[in-house]
Amino acid sequence: MTATVGTPLARLEGPAKVTGAARYAAEYPQDDVVHGWIVQSPVPRGRLNAVLADPTADAIAVLWHGNAPRLEPADDPELDVLQSDRISYRGQPVALVVAETLEAARRAAQVLQLDITAEEHDAVLRADHPGLYTPEQVNPAFPSETASGDVDAALAAAPVTVDVTYSTPALHNSPMEPHATIARWAGDDLTLYDSNQHPSGIAATVAGVFGLEPERVHVVTEHVGGGFGSKGSARPNAVLAAMAARVVGRPVKLVLPRQAMFSLVGYRTPTIQQIRLGADPDGTLTAIDHAAIGQSSRILEYAEQTAVVTRHMYAAPNRRTGHRLLRLDMPTPRWMRAPGEAPGMAAFECALDELAEKLGIDPIELRVRNEPAAEPEGGTPFTSRHYVECLRTGAERFGWAGRDPRPRQRREGDWWIGTGVAGAIYPTMAQPSTARVRAVGDDFEVAIGAADLGTGARTILTQIAADALGVPVDRVRVRIGDSTLPKASVAGGSSGSASWGWAVTGACRQLRETGGDEAVFDTTELIEKQETEGRHAFGAHFAEVRVDAVTGEVRVSRLFGMYAAGRILNPRTARSQFLGGMIMGMGMALHEEGVLDPAMGEWMNHDLAGYHIPAHADVESIDAAWLDERDDQLNPMGSKGIGEIGIVGSPAAIVNAVWHATGVRVRDLPVRLDKLLCAD
Amino acid sequence: MTRGFIRHFPGNLSEVKLIVNGVEYEFDLDPRTTLLDLLREHLGLTGAKKGCDHGQCGACTVLLDGRRVNSCLILAVAQQGAEVTTVEGLGTAERPHPVQRGFLDHDGFQCGYCTPGQICSAVGMLDEVKQGRPSAVTTPGDDLLSDAEIRERMSGNLCRCGAYPNMVPAIRQAAGE
Repeated sequence: MTATVGTPLARLEGPAKVTGAARYAAEYPQDDVVHGWIVQSPVPRGRLNAVLADPTADAIAVLWHGNAPRLEPADDPELDVLQSDRISYRGQPVALVVAETLEAARRAAQVLQLDITAEEHDAVLRADHPGLYTPEQVNPAFPSETASGDVDAALAAAPVTVDVTYSTPALHNSPMEPHATIARWAGDDLTLYDSNQHPSGIAATVAGVFGLEPERVHVVTEHVGGGFGSKGSARPNAVLAAMAARVVGRPVKLVLPRQAMFSLVGYRTPTIQQIRLGADPDGTLTAIDHAAIGQSSRILEYAEQTAVVTRHMYAAPNRRTGHRLLRLDMPTPRWMRAPGEAPGMAAFECALDELAEKLGIDPIELRVRNEPAAEPEGGTPFTSRHYVECLRTGAERFGWAGRDPRPRQRREGDWWIGTGVAGAIYPTMAQPSTARVRAVGDDFEVAIGAADLGTGARTILTQIAADALGVPVDRVRVRIGDSTLPKASVAGGSSGSASWGWAVTGACRQLRETGGDEAVFDTTELIEKQETEGRHAFGAHFAEVRVDAVTGEVRVSRLFGMYAAGRILNPRTARSQFLGGMIMGMGMALHEEGVLDPAMGEWMNHDLAGYHIPAHADVESIDAAWLDERDDQLNPMGSKGIGEIGIVGSPAAIVNAVWHATGVRVRDLPVRLDKLLCAD
Repeated sequence: MTRGFIRHFPGNLSEVKLIVNGVEYEFDLDPRTTLLDLLREHLGLTGAKKGCDHGQCGACTVLLDGRRVNSCLILAVAQQGAEVTTVEGLGTAERPHPVQRGFLDHDGFQCGYCTPGQICSAVGMLDEVKQGRPSAVTTPGDDLLSDAEIRERMSGNLCRCGAYPNMVPAIRQAAGE
């Protein structure tokens, strides 16, 4: 048998997706279905006293805290929907309207009158806010602060220093498929067709809210139109749909309008990051200090791990990282592709570029000179680290050699041209999961409650199973996307393939060894025994930009990512994921910005016209490549996560290239043309 | 805080006849029904996707009398007698349309949610090119199917997964068939 892992097998659901046959959450036909529409708070803080429904509107039900069924308190207070009169952010669901048709539901929601007592609010993150505090932990459970050596003394003694503050804006996940749920009850059994990244997790959460045993809730998640972190846990739509379905005794379909997603499904926190670096004239770092500020809501502490990435990246004897948080009358920020790493590295890799400029050292050489032999904090050996090789090989492929280090040197017509580089890192994780394999005639059915958000999970798991069973892929059928299947971890943290592939490998090998009809494999014990430090994927990003000397328009002429990310299980889907991450990073560098209206406590540009995600015309020459990295300490496949690393380095590479083109350091992302023009 | 009232729709239904993927239908519709909601909620043709409902993302793109449109911006009752082609009407898994085949061959999608709209848009776009219609980046004498042209002409269809680089060769391949 020739191995299929490592070959570019086309996505198995491809034909269904290109013909419109693939069903997403809101697309399951239901007899007697009715439609829900969320009414959101128009004020950021206050109390809802009463609602007054228009009797001429055809609502079947109007639910609000005055009449909604009582729920069990959830771990995530945002799921305690319609349980209290308290309004904690603009956009919070304060009522739910149910009607026979979508048109009627939308209309009834529009004309619902809200009697609200508004209160003073505070929506602006700033570095001198007296409410800033140090959280105990940052996402998911890292210490908020670390320190070793004497950073202040080392900085005072360093011949060359950089002390810069970078800021990154609020960013919105914006998957193309809005969060959606169809809820249907049969007695105390609840079925949810729901768009999410974790079917069994959603089932457990919703069961808890309704006081049910987890097996009473069945979550179906066959196809997911992207999530990028925003569908990692249950969102209010799942609970509201289930609540409404119970009240009206009919299936309820609830799809979030695009505008509602900007406040209801999480976003990437804005950050303010002070980075201080001390170095010897030869480029050896003597001190690293990374202090990050982020925000959260009144109802939930989400503290993003913005500076944690700096703990793993470069050597320096004196080092400190820390986080402070501000709670505001704003929606709760949550995971968005590479939470922590993306904004942290966007700032840090730009600061490092500033240091290279000051030292007069090539930015690649500066990085190479500070390559650590082991984890810079704690000293755990790396299972594999080929960061320097990524920089060197990438530089060769990109054509870095001979680059004039001086900014604002290359002009072609109206365009200033520049190039930039930035490193990338993403932790390699695996989370406990269980898989089952059954022999069905000559074929095999593999079952695991995973979710394919467009990552290629279904395809890769089929390849992994085929190899482990020693059969061709066409004899393997993989079932995923259902909470009644063996329990899988969340499709997040770039850990899906490692976590689920490990369980699938275990089950298939066991079946082969025992020769039975069925095998079940749970990785919990194996994973709990694993070291968690010293496991990362690495990468280097290279960008060439051109900046219009007249208008300040920035175009990314070339973008290249070179990765060392373990064994690449499917080069076809892997390349797509790398490129997708890099393109989202381009959006972070140049386009994307949740613009706050402080008076209303609202993201003003809360739709896809005002919040620009990269479009076809924004992407010119782009490519990704990878080293043939072998690492047998991680999991049976030797794989590292690849879903997020693309967004970790590409923003800084582009911002550094903009500086090289123009001589302007833009330290508040995104790089808008006005920031370049006003700098002149 | 009070919101204004707009007179409630009195409930009269409107008759409309449409030909969808070659099949003739007659509907009694709430006149507020968009073409997209008609397809998805009334006909079960869920290939056309709702990404924004405001004409900003292109996921709902279908062909209306042969031209690509955002079906979320079109009221169904205003299209009496029109012919609508959705992604379901272009091809099947066994016999895909050349654009569908191109997307399969080049991995022109990831999550797949924008894909039907991208495909319908590409079909409409290729027809526009065939008619010699210029785009915002065209200068006379240009190749209307250069990478820059394809990207410009497809920019009304957003893809958050960032599958754009693979869609360009997919569309070019289809154009050659």
